[in-house]
Amino acid sequence: MTFEELMEQQARELERQRALSRRIYCCTAAGCVSCGAEAVRKAVAAEIKSRELDGTMEVCGTGCMGLCSQGPLVRTSDDGALYGNVEAADAAALVSAAPADDPRLAQRRIDTSTPFFVKQKKIVLANSGVVDPERIADYIAAGGYQALAKAVAEMTPREVIAEVRASGLRGRGGAGYPTALKWELVAKQPGATKYVVCNADEGDPGAFMDRSVLEGDPHRVLEGMAIAGYAVGAQQGYVYVRGEYTLAIQRLQAAIRQAERERLLGSRIFEDTFQFRVDLRIGAGAFVCGEETALIASIEGRRGQPRQRPPYPPESGLWGKPTLINNVETFANIPPILVNGGEWFAGIGSAPSTGTKVFALAGKIVNTGLIEVPMGTSLREIVFDIGGGVPGGGEFKAAQTGGPSGGCIPAEFLDTPVDFESLARIGSIMGSGGLIVMDKTSSMVDVARYFMEFCMEESCGKCIPCRAGTAQMHDILTRILKREATRADLEMLERLCVLLGETSLCGLGQTAPNPVLSTLKYFRREYEELLPAEHSAAGGER
Amino acid sequence: MSVKTLVIDGKAVTGRAGETIFNVAWENGVRIPRLCHVGGLSDVGACRLCLVEIEGQRKLAAACLTPVEEGMVVHTSSERLKEHRRLILELLLAERNHVCAVCVMNGACELQDLAAELGVDHVRLRYRFPKLGVDTSHERFGQDQNRCILCTRCVRVCDEVEGAHTKDVFGRGSGSLIINDMGGPWGESDTCTSCGKCVQVCPTGALFSKGKSVAEMRKDRGFLKYIVTAREKREWIR
Amino acid sequence: MPPDASKPTATVKDNREKMLERAMSRHHYSGDALIEVLHAAQELYGFLSIPLLQSIARKLRLPPSRVLGVATFYHFFSLAPKGEHFFQVCTGTACYVAGAQSLLDVLERRCCKSGGTSPDGKVSVQSARCIGSCGLAPAVIYDGKILARLTPEQLNAELDRIGVK
Repeated sequence: MTFEELMEQQARELERQRALSRRIYCCTAAGCVSCGAEAVRKAVAAEIKSRELDGTMEVCGTGCMGLCSQGPLVRTSDDGALYGNVEAADAAALVSAAPADDPRLAQRRIDTSTPFFVKQKKIVLANSGVVDPERIADYIAAGGYQALAKAVAEMTPREVIAEVRASGLRGRGGAGYPTALKWELVAKQPGATKYVVCNADEGDPGAFMDRSVLEGDPHRVLEGMAIAGYAVGAQQGYVYVRGEYTLAIQRLQAAIRQAERERLLGSRIFEDTFQFRVDLRIGAGAFVCGEETALIASIEGRRGQPRQRPPYPPESGLWGKPTLINNVETFANIPPILVNGGEWFAGIGSAPSTGTKVFALAGKIVNTGLIEVPMGTSLREIVFDIGGGVPGGGEFKAAQTGGPSGGCIPAEFLDTPVDFESLARIGSIMGSGGLIVMDKTSSMVDVARYFMEFCMEESCGKCIPCRAGTAQMHDILTRILKREATRADLEMLERLCVLLGETSLCGLGQTAPNPVLSTLKYFRREYEELLPAEHSAAGGER
Repeated sequence: MSVKTLVIDGKAVTGRAGETIFNVAWENGVRIPRLCHVGGLSDVGACRLCLVEIEGQRKLAAACLTPVEEGMVVHTSSERLKEHRRLILELLLAERNHVCAVCVMNGACELQDLAAELGVDHVRLRYRFPKLGVDTSHERFGQDQNRCILCTRCVRVCDEVEGAHTKDVFGRGSGSLIINDMGGPWGESDTCTSCGKCVQVCPTGALFSKGKSVAEMRKDRGFLKYIVTAREKREWIR
Repeated sequence: MPPDASKPTATVKDNREKMLERAMSRHHYSGDALIEVLHAAQELYGFLSIPLLQSIARKLRLPPSRVLGVATFYHFFSLAPKGEHFFQVCTGTACYVAGAQSLLDVLERRCCKSGGTSPDGKVSVQSARCIGSCGLAPAVIYDGKILARLTPEQLNAELDRIGVK
C-alpha cells in the first residue's frame, strides 16, 4: 500500500468509529482475563446482539488498562467512564442509554482524576486499553504504521538513526545502552545479511511490562522492528518470546499475519524495495536466554549458554552475522519518536535518562498494575501518589527494582529520582521495570535468599563461579535464616559476592550478588540478628 | 599477518595478531592456570581460572579467549587473581565428590596439581555430597560423575576432533551431567568409536581407562595438539 | 496410570506423526529449528519420550546427545509424562511475598516436589516464573485456568475433590 492509502484507511476507520454511539472497551490482558474479563466481554456482546444494537454499539477487547488490582476493567467511549471489578451481570447496564446512572455500575466507577491516572505519561502504553490488539484497523486508526511510512518514503537510514540519537533513547531492557549507538554499530557493519531481534524473554519475577505491550499493542513492536530493520539494513526480524506467554504469542502471530496481508510487512513495503519479515521464536523456560548471546544460541537451536563477548552481537551475532538486539519497550518507543521527533522525546524525563519508563507495580502497594512515568519521577511519587501507598496504612520498608540483578531501596532514599544513574548510585539498577514494594512483614534476608534461589535454578552451568557459587550462597542464606550460620559464613557470603561479580562469564552470575549486596548495605542488622548470640555484633563479644 | 608487542607480568613479549594472551604467555614461560582450555580444541572460557588483569580495562579478561593487542599490559598473577582462583577451586572441590585417595588419577590429576600449586589445602565451604553415579559399561573406559568438573573438554574433543559427538551436557546448573547419546550406558552407545580421546583430555579421573593402576593411569594431552596440527597444518610436531 | 502418550492408539487414527513431520519440513529439517520442533512434539505428545527424541535426532540429522542436551536444558520440556492434573505455582516476587511457598509446601506434602509427577500419576507440579497476574497473588495455573488469591485451604479442598490422598 502507499502512504496515501494508509491515511485513507485511517480516515475510514475513524469515521466508522465516530459513527458508533458507543464503543465498549473491555480490558483483556492476562491479569483481567484471569478475573473473568472474557465472560464480561461475551456478555456485553450478547446484550448488544439481543437488543439489536449491532449497528450503533460495539464491544472490543483491549490491552492492559493499568489498574490490574481492580480488574476486570471496562471503559465506555462516549463518556470516557472507567469501571472496575465489572461482572457479566453488568452487561445490560453497560449497553443501556445511561450506564453511569445504573446504581451498581455507579459503585464500580473509578475516579480517573487521581494521581494514578493524572501523573502518568503514556508513550509506550498510549494504545494499551485504547485499541483492539486483534484488529490492525484499530492500530491504523490510532496512527499506526505512519512512522514506518515516513521512514521508508521520506528518510534515509542515516536520518532515522539521527532522529533516534536526538531522542536520547536508551535500552529499556535494563542496561540502558544508547539505542542509536547500537543501531549505528550494526548499520556500519559490512554485509548484506543482518538481523533484528526483539528480546521478549521477560524473565524477572514480578515483571510483566513487555508482556502487556505484546498483548495490548503488538503492531507497535512490529513497526518499531521494521523501522530498525530499515535503519540498519536488515531484512529479517525475530521476536524471541517466552513460551509461558501464550496470549502474547497468539496476538503477535495474528498481528504479523494481518500486517503481511496489508503489505506493511514482507516485501515491497510502501512500494519500496525495502522488505522486512518477522518470525517468532518461542522460548522454553530459561531465564538466562534473556542474555543476548544465550538468546542467540537459543534461536540457533542450541543450549542457551552465553559466550564471552567480544565479539558483541552487532559485529557477530545470529549465525555470525551483525545482529541488533533490543527490548520490547525500546522498540515500542521508536514509532512515536519518528512521528513526533527526537527532540520531543528528549524533552521528557531528565537527560541523560530521557523519555518514560514502564513499571510493573506489585507487592504491598494499593494500586498494583502497570504504569508509565517520565524518567526522573521520584520513588516516593511512584509508590505513594501513583501507587496509592502501602495497603492498610502499613509502613514502607523497601522497594525492590531490577529483579534478581537489582537491589532493595530503603525508605531513606524515597526521594531518589527513578533514572539509570540515580538508581545505580544507591546500589540498585533500573532493570526492566519490575518494582516490588515491601513492608515490615518481609524479611530482607529472605528476599535475598529468594532471588539467589532463582539465580541458582536459572544458572546455565557453564562457568564455575555462577554454577557452584550461587548454590553455595543460597545454602549460606538458608542457614542464616535457620539461625544455623556463623560469622565466618557471613564473611564467606561476602567473599562469594565479590567472586561472582568479578569472574562470572555473563550478566546473570555477575549481578546475582546484587540483592545480597544491597540488603547487606541497608539492612545489615537483619543478618546480624540471625547469627548465634556469641557471633553477632548486636549480642556483643563474650 | 602483523606482530604485536605487549607486556606480560613485566616482561616484554611479542605475539601474532589473533593469538591469545594464554598462548603468548605460555610461549614465554608464563603458565596461566586453566582447566577448560586444552591445546587443539576450541575455547569456551568456562572455568574462569585463566582470567587476567589488563591495564585500562575494568573487567577481567579470559586469557584463553582474548587476542593480544599492541601495547597491552597484562598481569596474570596478582593477589586478587590468586584469591579468585583459590576460591574457584574450593567451589569445585566442594561441588562434587573429589576423593583423591581412591582415585586412579591420584598424582596425575590437573585439578589436584592446580590445588597444590595455588596452595588450596583446605576448603572453607560446605561439601555438597551429591549422589552421582559411575558408568563402567564401556569395554575399555569408565565414567565417574563424582570426579567431573564439567569442563566439557570431552564434549568438545568428541565433536571437533573425532567428529562423533557422542557426549553432550544434560540439564543445567549444578545438576548438569555429561551424557552419552540418549543418556544410556556408554557401552551401548551407537556413535562412540572407542578412540579414547575423551579419556586423554579429561583433566581429572572422571574419564579413565579400565584396568590401569594408579601408577599406570597417565594421560597424554599433548597428543591432541599433535594430531590437530598434523591435520590442519600438515606438520608433525613430536 | 495415564496412557503412554508416545504410542499411537490402535483404534483412533493417529495423525501426530504426520503433523510432527510437517512441523519439521516447515523448517526445512534444519538443525537450527530443533527447539521449534521440540515445542511441536511436546504439544502433540504431551511429553518427549526417548524414542521420540531419537526419531527427531534422526530426521534432523543431529547427534542424539545434542538433542537430549537441548531438551533437558529448557524447563518447558518434559521427559516424563505429565499427571492427570497440572498445577503451575507462580513463584514470581509478588506471589512469593503473598505466600506461594505455602502452596508449594501443600503440594509437596500431598503430591510431589515441584518439577515432578506424583507416584499415582494424578498430579504434576511445577513452579512458573511470574505469569503476570501480580495483582492476584498468589496465582496458580490449574489445568490451564488461572486461580487467583489461592489459599492453602482452598488448595487442600481441591486436592480432596480430585481424589488425592
